[in-house]
Amino acid sequence: MAIEAAVTLRPPRLRWNAGIAIGGGIVVFLLLVAIFADWLAPHDPYAQSLVRRLRPPVWEPRGTWTHPLGTDPFGRDYLSRLIHGTRISIAVGAGAAAIGGLIGAVLGILAGFKGGYFDRVISFVISARLALPSLLIALAVLQVGGSGLAIVIAVLGFTHWDRFAVVLRTATQQVRRQDYVTRARAIGCSDLRIVTREVFPNVAGHFVVVFTFEVAQTIIAAAALSFLGLGIQAPEPSWGLMMAEGRNWMTTNPGLITIAGLALMITVLAVNLLGDGLRDMLTPEGRA
Amino acid sequence: MIRYLAQKLVEAILVCAFVSIATFALIHWTGDLAMSIGGTEASREETERIRRFYGLDRTLIAQYFDWAGRVLRGDFGNSFFSREAVLTMVAHRLPNTIALALASLTLALLIAIPLGVVAAVRRGTWVDRACLGVGVLGQAMPSYWSALLLILVFGVELQLLPISGTESWRSFVLPTAALGWFVMPLLMRLTRAGIIEALASDYIRTARAKGLPRRAVLFKHALRNAILPVVSIAMVQLGFLLGGSIVIESVFALDGIGLLAWSAIQRSDFPVIQAIVLLVAFLFVMLNFLSDTVNGLLDPRIRHG
Repeated sequence: MAIEAAVTLRPPRLRWNAGIAIGGGIVVFLLLVAIFADWLAPHDPYAQSLVRRLRPPVWEPRGTWTHPLGTDPFGRDYLSRLIHGTRISIAVGAGAAAIGGLIGAVLGILAGFKGGYFDRVISFVISARLALPSLLIALAVLQVGGSGLAIVIAVLGFTHWDRFAVVLRTATQQVRRQDYVTRARAIGCSDLRIVTREVFPNVAGHFVVVFTFEVAQTIIAAAALSFLGLGIQAPEPSWGLMMAEGRNWMTTNPGLITIAGLALMITVLAVNLLGDGLRDMLTPEGRA
Repeated sequence: MIRYLAQKLVEAILVCAFVSIATFALIHWTGDLAMSIGGTEASREETERIRRFYGLDRTLIAQYFDWAGRVLRGDFGNSFFSREAVLTMVAHRLPNTIALALASLTLALLIAIPLGVVAAVRRGTWVDRACLGVGVLGQAMPSYWSALLLILVFGVELQLLPISGTESWRSFVLPTAALGWFVMPLLMRLTRAGIIEALASDYIRTARAKGLPRRAVLFKHALRNAILPVVSIAMVQLGFLLGGSIVIESVFALDGIGLLAWSAIQRSDFPVIQAIVLLVAFLFVMLNFLSDTVNGLLDPRIRHG
């Protein structure tokens, strides 16, 4: 099974580019929205109201500025839910990518650094992981084990480590052959010291690039889980859940699904742009 | 070549065995099956009765070998709910999923390859940037969202196409578009990268130097070499599509194995879930083995590497 990755090592050529500026800018904005959600949201995102159900957004004839993006089928303010949803998306993306990154980095570096038996076993585990349909597994685990933010993050982390392992394995194999590693070994450094002091700093660029990519992937996956009804549960303002809840009303209130989807798309787009920019900056040959 | 294939085959069989253990373990470790089947209203005695009835009181290892042995004989058990044989349920719906996956992949390739070639030939121009932009946009749109947008535009506003079911080929148009759009960007980026690499190589310089027309150089020499990784990734993608169409199938109520898996998960119908996970994994391993074989046949560097 092909688990090679195109990885080239070059001293990082630090170069500012448009991807980092635009993607990074939006990511910073989203982080600020997530942090200050309590102050930014005009209403309580959980407050239901039977008389204010399904209000249209402000640009439609019956829209008002009280609810700029209208209200959902439960009469909750859509904008406030959208703002609070930023928190969930960022928490899921960063949390799951961190868990996946930890598992993948340990396996990938171990396989690349030790080689031989370790490499064969770990490559096998990666092949097996790739063969398992991750969305199906995640859904089955959530159904049996219960849903909630923490378990969603854990499940997505445990199903999204393969790319880290594949990329870091290849990168480590190349670092291992460098002179400074041979030198460190010659002066009697332990494996642990070589890995932490010599190998990891030199593959960290690849880690960062895969990390941003996986943040985007897990945000999409988490929304898919919510959309299918087995992810983050009501009444939490998860964007995927907002789309699922608005689905029955989408012909009369298309904003219920288009706006949350747009927020999701912009977030993923920004994280991907940032990732592409970082890849061009940290690994100049990685462009595809 | 035989050695290379044998090695790949052993690897594939081992992966299948490992996957079957993982599938089994995941579902048995993450919760209490008897409680999931019984639901929240079941009393303690009822739960115990369910446990004994399904043999869930035996050791996990005994249960695994019992299950694996029956699976090897083609017996995936019966659904907890309809009592129907799981194999029949899956076999009945598999054609729909395969049709959807093949159609989406074809659509994706039909868009991805021309766009990738154009982007590579016009590298660095606005054409290239526009193609990459489409790709980046495609990767950022969750498939169920583009599916809902397609429903809104073509099903509700224009009323051109059916938005659910499997009655005629027309029902497959929107799901195919949504799923094809989802896999297109990766294939396009691979084509572009492949052509750029090929155009920079020595054999292209030779072909140009001996005066071949541009078109012949591009299509006979560059594309033929660039297409290899695209085809092998496309086969792997087909495996992902078979397992990943669960969201699209549920949005469009398309009666394939994705929709079956989703309804089985909601009802904790574990024999069905296990069978589908295993089937998708086996198909994935098989497609990978095929792609390894094709690559080995076409590229001697791989089989001797």
